[in-house]
Amino acid sequence: MRQISYAEAGMEALLEEMERDPKTFHLSTDAPVPLVEKFGHSRVRGTPIAEGALTGMGIGAAGSGFRPIIDWRMITFSFVAMDQIVNQASKIHYMFGGQTKFPILYRATVGGGVRMAAQHSQSPYSMFMNLAGLKMILPSTPYDTKGLLKTAIRDDNPVISFESTRLLTMQGPVPEEDYTIPLGVADIKKEGKDVTIVALAWLVHEALEAAAILEAEGISAEVIDPRTLVPLDKETIRSSVQKTGRLIVADEAGPTCGASAEIAALVTEDEATFKCLKKAVKRVCALQVPIPYSPPLEDAVFPNREKIANAVRQVMNKA
Amino acid sequence: MEISPEKQREMLRTMQRIRRFEERASDDYVAGDIYGTVHCYIGEEAVAVGVCSALDNDDQIISTHRGHGHCIAKGADINLMMAELYGRETGYCKGKGGSMHIADFSIGMLGANGIVAGGISIITGAGLAAQLDGKGRVAVSFFGDGASGAGPFHESLNIAAAWKLPMIYVCENNLWAVNTAAENALSIPDVGSRASSYGIPGIIVDGNDIFAVHEAAHNAVERARRGDGPTLIECKTYRHRRHTERPTQPDVRPQKEIDEWLKKDPIDRLVQHLQQQQGQLSTEEWKQMDDEILREVEESVNFAKNSPFPGAEKATEDVFA
Repeated sequence: MRQISYAEAGMEALLEEMERDPKTFHLSTDAPVPLVEKFGHSRVRGTPIAEGALTGMGIGAAGSGFRPIIDWRMITFSFVAMDQIVNQASKIHYMFGGQTKFPILYRATVGGGVRMAAQHSQSPYSMFMNLAGLKMILPSTPYDTKGLLKTAIRDDNPVISFESTRLLTMQGPVPEEDYTIPLGVADIKKEGKDVTIVALAWLVHEALEAAAILEAEGISAEVIDPRTLVPLDKETIRSSVQKTGRLIVADEAGPTCGASAEIAALVTEDEATFKCLKKAVKRVCALQVPIPYSPPLEDAVFPNREKIANAVRQVMNKA
Repeated sequence: MEISPEKQREMLRTMQRIRRFEERASDDYVAGDIYGTVHCYIGEEAVAVGVCSALDNDDQIISTHRGHGHCIAKGADINLMMAELYGRETGYCKGKGGSMHIADFSIGMLGANGIVAGGISIITGAGLAAQLDGKGRVAVSFFGDGASGAGPFHESLNIAAAWKLPMIYVCENNLWAVNTAAENALSIPDVGSRASSYGIPGIIVDGNDIFAVHEAAHNAVERARRGDGPTLIECKTYRHRRHTERPTQPDVRPQKEIDEWLKKDPIDRLVQHLQQQQGQLSTEEWKQMDDEILREVEESVNFAKNSPFPGAEKATEDVFA
């Protein structure tokens, strides 16, 4: 199969879906050239730097029969649109008694590792998970990016796509034909029997590297990528932990109230899964600090394959 | 502009329907049958009715926390509105929204909103949708003087003007944002004059003169339908009541100012116009119209009271489509 990058896979999803559905249009402060070339300036608009307005306009257009795609570009910029996200988009379907649909895709890059310092290196998905009414995807491969974005555009709810900055140039096999990946279905990226590693976004790849290191030490790790945070595939995670009896959660966000905490809780609050635990759950997350700029500092803050492998060794009593 | 006596009487009926609905909502709120809070539109009826009477059913509006008047002016069913205030299953939002979140997408009413300025960019998106659809639909944003100091006002007017969206921005300047006087919060007294910084028409009208409001709206709608872009209309008006109907709600407005504005009641003015200048409304006809409206409102309360509360199991429905 041909190889394209994670960023190209995302653009391909948009090109195909905008071709497929004339009710889609695209707003962002920097209009993507491939979309403008194909669909023109009426449907692909470069906008003033007014993310709050763009976020709200997506809601109004969605409620008027359109399927808007709003690219915040970096999750950082979503914060200036928080009223529209929190007070409006997440609640509007429920608040109005479900009388109409609001299909909107909001896109943003997340994560650090590219020396962009505190504001532009964030992974705040748990802030949005804490709301009710927003779906969210977090792809880790070019294949998943295209398939999940296509599903997200076709979904009848507001969906946030968190796209890892570190993975934008990553190459991988992506079919040229149309395919979708359902929301709420985790992907077991590697099967194993001794320990379950649930990893998010870029850390899926670090977890796979850690699993390879551990394999040589005789430890068999299973690596699960939830792929979507809302809905979250609880069953796949729980049944894996029921098999292995050990859970490591790896996340590029800080641990406090993070997606990692939610994943740990869904394992420990489930009686059947809790009974199978041989060791306490371990989280491998960023340190709870704003992300620093200088490379040695930033590298110290984020989790990586060594930290994941060490956590596994601890729960295997091989530290 | 020429408005037929029939249409004027229809405008009067809608204004009075708003007034009587609000009076009843206030009473029933104070009595404990309506929960949360109620913001009455009394005194500002000429704005909603003057604007909405210039719109078609397909045209869209968005409202504010003080939203009942806009709903009624756009043609909402007061039974479903009252049931929503009563928290009943038959309400517009199945009892999930209440006073600050009544919407009826089937008549182009995109919702009241509990956040000041929260609706301005949403309705601007409806304006973009109207432009992309190309069917001549227009979209109207109602907001107050308080919202004119918030970011979405500027962001939305700038975009709408830059893209010539078919938008009408209607500022209901009632001089007070809760208890903050506009004169202490606005850099210039006329919100309408800010239109010049977006290169669009800014029309300032007496918001208690329904004919002035209607004419301004009519012209703005024509301009928007032609594809010439948005208009900002500022309606100088006043709420007769406190910010909310909560009995302990403070009100710092000077009594003299309130009294002056009560003399400019928009409904009294239209009644006088119809009766004295046109001879188109006898005292008996006016009494009969009011009685009919009072009966409608009473029926809406009966409808609400006879409707069931939503079952607790409904709390988890409609989070997602």
